[in-house]
Parts: sequence; C-alpha cells; structure tokens
Amino acid sequence: MLPYGRDALLVELRDVAEVVPLQLSALALPGVLEAVPGARTVLVEFDPTLTGATALTAGLLSAPLAAKTAAPTRQVALEVVYDGADLAAVSTATGLSPEDVIALHSGAVYTVRFCGFAPGFAYLDGLDPRLHVPRHASPRATVPAGAVAVAGEFAGVYPRSSPGGWQLLGHTDAVLWDATATPPALLTPGTAVRFVVA
Amino acid sequence: MIEIVSPGPLTTTQDLGRPGSAALGVPRSGAFDRAAAALANRLVGNPADAALLELTLGGLVFRALDAATVALTGAACDGLGWGTPVSLPAGSLVRLGTPRSGLRSYLAVRGGLAVERVLGSASTDLLSGLGPERLTAGDLLAVDPQPSGPVSEQGATPRLRTGPALLLPGPRLDWFTPEASTLLTTTRWLVRPDSDRVGVRLDGPALPRIDATELPSEATRPGALQVPPDGRPIVFGPDAPVTGGYPVIAVLADLDDVAQLRPGDPVSFRF
Repeated sequence: MLPYGRDALLVELRDVAEVVPLQLSALALPGVLEAVPGARTVLVEFDPTLTGATALTAGLLSAPLAAKTAAPTRQVALEVVYDGADLAAVSTATGLSPEDVIALHSGAVYTVRFCGFAPGFAYLDGLDPRLHVPRHASPRATVPAGAVAVAGEFAGVYPRSSPGGWQLLGHTDAVLWDATATPPALLTPGTAVRFVVA
Repeated sequence: MIEIVSPGPLTTTQDLGRPGSAALGVPRSGAFDRAAAALANRLVGNPADAALLELTLGGLVFRALDAATVALTGAACDGLGWGTPVSLPAGSLVRLGTPRSGLRSYLAVRGGLAVERVLGSASTDLLSGLGPERLTAGDLLAVDPQPSGPVSEQGATPRLRTGPALLLPGPRLDWFTPEASTLLTTTRWLVRPDSDRVGVRLDGPALPRIDATELPSEATRPGALQVPPDGRPIVFGPDAPVTGGYPVIAVLADLDDVAQLRPGDPVSFRF
C-alpha cells in the first residue's frame, strides 16, 4: 500500500492476475469512489469523510481471495482485416512471414489489464513474445479509429482516431467506445479478447 | 441565450468533471481552479455542479441575448466586476480583457449553461475529446431554466495564494534520491510555456532517481507530480491521462494551487 495524497492509496500486487479482482474488491468497500487498474497496481480513491487508509488496508487485505471466485469475465471477439500499415515492417522486424504474424496475433486469447491513453483504450496482455516489437520512435499524427496494433508486450485497438506510436497490423469495425452505452468501453479491465480474421 | 462573439485564447465549458470512469481511461477533467468555479456558481445561486465557462487568459467577448445574471471569479479581467453577481440587460455586450495576474477566470450564468453532457459532465476534456468542443465565435449557449438558489447578497474576497504549495508523498517517492526531495522543496520552479490543462510543466534542476528502473504503467491523478526521464516534474492537471509510465514523486494537497500559474511564473513547494 503506497500513499497517493490524502484520499487515495496505490496498491501494489505481486501478480498481474490479482489486479482486476482487487479492483472489484475495492469498489465493494464503503467510501471507495474509484478503483483504477494499472499493469501491476490498483489506485483506490476514497471519500476521506467515509473511510480512511487504515480501514481500506484492512478491508483489502481480507478481500482479494473472495473476489477471485467472482462472476466469469466478459468475452469479446473482434473481427480484424489484417491490412495494417506496419504489417510488413513487423514481419521484417520479427523475421516472421506476414501470414505467421497474423496467425500468432489472431491465435492468442488476451486479457484487458488496464485502460489509459484514451477513453476505451485497453492494454491487452497475452501477446506472443515473438510479436513484441517497439513502438515507433516518432508517433504517427493520426491513427484511424479501429486500428489494431501492438507495442512492447501489449496488443491494443485505437478506440478513435488519434495520434499514436503503436505498430498497426489491421483494423476492426467494432465500436470500442460509445459514451452513451453502459459501460461506454467495449474492453473493460478483466475482459477476455480474441481477434478473428475477417 | 449567450452568444460567443469571440472566445479569446481558450474558453471551455466546465463543471465538476466526470469522476467514476477512470478505469475505462476517462480523465476526471472539470474546472482546473475548483474553488474559483464553485464561488462563481455560488454567487449566482447555482448548484455546485452547474456548467460554467473557464477562460484562459481572458479575452472572451459575449452578448447576453436575454437578460442574465453572471459572476466572474478566478483571474480578474477588465470588463466585468470580480466576485460579485452582475445583472446584464438583454443585448448587453461584455468585452473581457486579459487578466493582469492569474491565468483562468470563471464565468457563471444564473441557471447554469445548458450544454451537452457526456458521462454526466459538461466538461470539455482537451486530451480525450470528451464533452463539448472548445468555444468558437458564433456559438450560442442556452441557459438552463432550472430553478436556482438566491443570488448572493454580498461579493467575494479574493483568495490570495502565498507561500509554497503543500505536497504529500507520492507513491514512488522512494525511487528518488534524498537530494531530489530537497531540490523539490528548495527550488524556485518556473512554469514552462507548454503547460496546459493536461499538465503544468516545470523548469528547474533534474530530480535524480536512484536507478533507471522502468515503471510498469500505473494510475495517476490530477495533482500528481510525475517525473519523466529528463527529471523535470509535470504537475498533472484535470485532463491528464489516467495511467502513466513515469514515477510520481509527490502529490499536491490542493490542485487549485497551480491552476492560476502562467508560463514563466515561479512556484515553490513544501512537504
């Protein structure tokens, strides 16, 4: 448990698989306003008039085991057209044929570890290590909405047109972000994701 | 109805922001100087979450197409009294000047602005693109007819911020050398020109790290002092991204403390 101002704690976890269960446990505790997953942490923001660091620490220490038996995770399959601007470059960088890049990317099951960068942008864990390629040194000014991309250990999908430095493998027509939907993000922390060749 | 004749350098609509969706990548957003925004709404009898205008370096020119009661707080601008409700007859043209000090002014209209809400908030988030667009000339803003409380009988007193801003330890304080803490609290930092609602970027000595370990991305919050590889801290503002990959050395006790800093202004901190 690390301090993060008067009204928040950053909980550091040993195992990435504990992040989402802890997020859900934290949200169930009285006085908790937000629980925000990171790669290996959860930020817990609370109302200091309703709870405090000591009570939350005690609550969280006893909670994660219970949450691991929570409801099954959401599952999402995204249809991808593998026509990305960087498919050839990723093929060259990895020494794999474009067909093998597509097979490895679409052959894995991913888990949303956390969101960030933009509303609805999910960092997907589970990318085959052979596809770990660095992001572009200089980001593109515009990456189209629905771009399916990889960078480092993560896979991701750009929810809307934005600047971006990830390597583009293809695109999906799926709507990743709809502010009027509940939840507005298609890929929420804990969601299992597969890419399907369209 | 309020007609925007000229928005000045940057005018956005703001309220208390959109907390509660950070886990989906949604920044909190909302008024940068929350105390000033709350005061403006209170002066015209609005609820605390009413939508109002946030002006950056003044310059807003607007016409009240109907009679309206308004209040200006934050950085004072010529053209409208500061910190007091002002009744404008229909057709009034108000031309706000550039503030002599401070950066952000808040203009509340009695009733509140009836603008589009996204995830429950009327705040313009300049990083994420959520909420209404920044205002442009010719925009017409409807005023909410919702009943409000009474207009304040008396004006406000300017709140002076003096002395160093209070910091609380950040989650990665121990990633920095003891010298970094000393530098943080003894340096007269200067605000860099590339500061905005995403972050107030500071110029000064590099804050030394114990080692160059890479931080796996973790959640950040407005007020966090994130230290990128060049060692110069960035104070995260309301539109900052919800996760970041650089260590946070400290957190401001009150984000409002940096809301009025202009490029070139000095700022100092204490623990």
